[in-house]
Amino acid sequence: MAVKTLSLDGQLISARDGQTLLEAARESGVSIPTLCHLDGLDPVGACRLCLVEVNGRLMPSCLTRVAEEMEVWTQTERLQRYRKQIVELLFAERNHICSVCVANGNCELQDLAMRLGVDHLRYAPQEPQCEVDLSHERYGLDHNRCVLCTRCVRVCDEIEGAHTWDVAGRGTNCRVITDLHQPWGSASTCTSCGKCVMACPTGALFHRGASVSENVHDRETLHALILAREEKQWLV
Amino acid sequence: MDLEDLIALAEAEQRDRAEIEVRVCTAAGCLSSGSRPVVSALERALADRGLTPRVRLREVGCMRLCCEGPLVAMDVLETVSSPEPSLYGKVTAGQASVLVDVIDNKQATTEGLQPIDSNGPFFSRQRSVVLEHCGLVEPERIESSIALGAYRSLHRALHDLNPAEVVELVTRSGLRGRGGAGYPTGLKWATVAKMPPGQKYVVCNADEGDPGAFMDRSILESDPHRVLEGMAIAAHAIGADQGYIYVRGEYPIAISRLDTAIRQSKRLGLLGSAIFDSTFNFRVDLRIGAGAFVCGEETALIHSIEGLRGTPRPRPPYPAESGLWGHPTLINNVETYANIPVILREGADWFTQIGTEHSKGTKVFALAGKIRRAGIVEVPMGVPLRDIVDQIGGGPPEGSTVKAVQTGGPSGGCIPAELLDTPVDYESLKALGSIMGSGGMVVMDQDDDMVGVARYFMKFCMDESCGKCVPCRAGTVQMYRLLDRIECGDATNDDLVLLEELCDLVQHASLCGLGQSAPNPVLSTLRFFRHEYESRFVEPTGPRSSSVSSEAR
Ligand SMILES: Cc1cc2nc3c(=O)[nH]c(=O)nc-3n(C[C@H](O)[C@H](O)[C@H](O)COP(=O)(O)O)c2cc1C
Ligand code: SF4
Ligand code: SF4
Ligand code: SF4
Ligand code: FES
Repeated sequence: MAVKTLSLDGQLISARDGQTLLEAARESGVSIPTLCHLDGLDPVGACRLCLVEVNGRLMPSCLTRVAEEMEVWTQTERLQRYRKQIVELLFAERNHICSVCVANGNCELQDLAMRLGVDHLRYAPQEPQCEVDLSHERYGLDHNRCVLCTRCVRVCDEIEGAHTWDVAGRGTNCRVITDLHQPWGSASTCTSCGKCVMACPTGALFHRGASVSENVHDRETLHALILAREEKQWLV
Repeated sequence: MDLEDLIALAEAEQRDRAEIEVRVCTAAGCLSSGSRPVVSALERALADRGLTPRVRLREVGCMRLCCEGPLVAMDVLETVSSPEPSLYGKVTAGQASVLVDVIDNKQATTEGLQPIDSNGPFFSRQRSVVLEHCGLVEPERIESSIALGAYRSLHRALHDLNPAEVVELVTRSGLRGRGGAGYPTGLKWATVAKMPPGQKYVVCNADEGDPGAFMDRSILESDPHRVLEGMAIAAHAIGADQGYIYVRGEYPIAISRLDTAIRQSKRLGLLGSAIFDSTFNFRVDLRIGAGAFVCGEETALIHSIEGLRGTPRPRPPYPAESGLWGHPTLINNVETYANIPVILREGADWFTQIGTEHSKGTKVFALAGKIRRAGIVEVPMGVPLRDIVDQIGGGPPEGSTVKAVQTGGPSGGCIPAELLDTPVDYESLKALGSIMGSGGMVVMDQDDDMVGVARYFMKFCMDESCGKCVPCRAGTVQMYRLLDRIECGDATNDDLVLLEELCDLVQHASLCGLGQSAPNPVLSTLRFFRHEYESRFVEPTGPRSSSVSSEAR
């Protein structure tokens, strides 16, 4: 397998041909923040948190493949500033009230805020009118917590094969929807497999009737499933 | 059909010319100011006077001076003595009989008619290349296009040149994309041509969503065969046999005329299979967009044609490598394709003589705003903006002075009056923080408030954001709110700092061109009209000034 040599934050590293910068960085112990990315799902490059500077240009590391002689910087002052702004924008966009959220303590958005030092918001909260869909007998959807990462859309489409989810609307009025904007409970394509709930980074998708401590996003099971599907490796 | 048939058709159409021809503009601008009843009234009046064989009525496309519509032109064969050829504006159905009197040479007073000087600067300062046949050909009759040479260049491309030579010719012409970014067209064609043989596609981007822009609509409505011919030449050059025209649904006239044009050229064997008895097949289908600005972005457009949600995806891979259904796809703008037949006809050297060193050819603009003569104008690249505004457009109306010219719509910027000597070419406009864009050009005067202008475009971008990436989706909302607060005089300098920081983020971190260029109207108004922002802060100047216009003077 061909190997590429590139520089990452000033250090020369080698990476396998076809790897993304995100994968290569992780293998070298450099962690780049992500939100829309989930191993095993098609990357979409939407949250822009994983932007890195490649030869002076900003590129999403989740999508950019390694190449010979790339010069990559992952933690410049400018990138850190952008990342912080993006997380602030997300908090201001919907009603993220961590203290009453089922994902409190188990939320990637919360983790990002702590990691990037977001301790207050400089942007006015948009305070949109967001609904909660409790029509599904096992799961619930709270649009107040959704960051539109589309992980639920992709996991349901690519792994479960149901394509129950999609996105409707434009701009800040975008909402994830089930089937043709039917309540989730009447979405006939849903198999109730729960993969979307596992994939959701925030408290937007949750198990009904479960307490905060029980609402753990079970990423391990999801990864094991993806591994099983794609690489035919079965972990017991 | 072969070349002889084509020439025979052209000659028959030429022979068929009447002594006097009356052309009525039936492009969207004139239709909306009432040219349909004018056509009917003229038809009736001509028939009543028994003039019908001698005088022919032709429904044509845009004659450019849209603000004076409905426009009616009268052409007279040289062999006939009077009346004089002439052009009239703001013609009403009631004036049909007066017009027919003039035609009939009945001592008619031209009273009530509004003659337009067709040698005046609005027309004489223009240079027609792309629009050479707009307003002359009847868009719903292919014979009329053929009479003026349509499909000759396609014939030449198929029989006298090989595909590589066509690409080479387009490259040498220096033509750059007219859809906004100005990417070299020949280079794009060469890239798609070099992809391994197999299924390839040609796409015409006729989405034209920028507020204030209507150039592509005029071309499509007035001379649809020219665009089809350009696409066919491109398809042959890169090895495609299927094309799509992606038109926005808000352009029903363009859609129906394209549909007619495609059917007519298929019937004559100018599209379809074995075109001009060659081995080249090319089929064109229309795809109607539902009116999302972002669907003009090429990757979103591709998704939309594929039947998916119209959201952009990161490039690379570029469509040239992986486009429609993963196949190499050439996407060009309407005006770009409309340049192709003439480049083949006149040659690359001829084309390079028009324009500037890095911007060759002409550019079509939709001139509007605080200006006496508004409409569609085509000028050689490199003319100063001032020429367009003052000479072609006739300057601002009585009592106002030009303050700025907005080019490039929501992706562009405002160029202040002091800089009107800037030549219009890709680099000069970019250096001023604006862009050529697709060609919207809005003249603003002292009453226009630059913060308000920036807020208007920001609202547009906010509403039209596809919602996929965070900087654009959530950032434009915050920028809009800050602009709104500044405009209302509720903001402080800190808000401006926040706004500038957001401009930086949205410009550099957004996924596609919509977000990347959304801050441009803010940045350019801040660059040239910063005082209009600062004059409204609540602190530290205390009560804000009550009127911007007095302040700006
Ligand atoms: C948000 C957005 C909207 C666009 N809208 C249009 C459009 O309406 N028409 C167009 O020709 N190009 C539009 N473009 C540019 C196209 O993506 C593309 O660059 C162009 O069609 C290429 O053609 P050209 O090389 O002939 O200019 C748009 C780009 C962006 C980012
Ligand atoms: S529970 Fe499974 S099938 Fe239902 S929406 Fe979620 S991922 Fe799709
Ligand atoms: S519901 Fe969860 S997984 Fe789906 S888009 Fe929203 S935040 Fe992402
Ligand atoms: S920049 Fe705006 S329009 Fe483009 S992908 Fe992002 S959200 Fe969509
Ligand atoms: S993880 Fe790359 S853009 Fe979201």
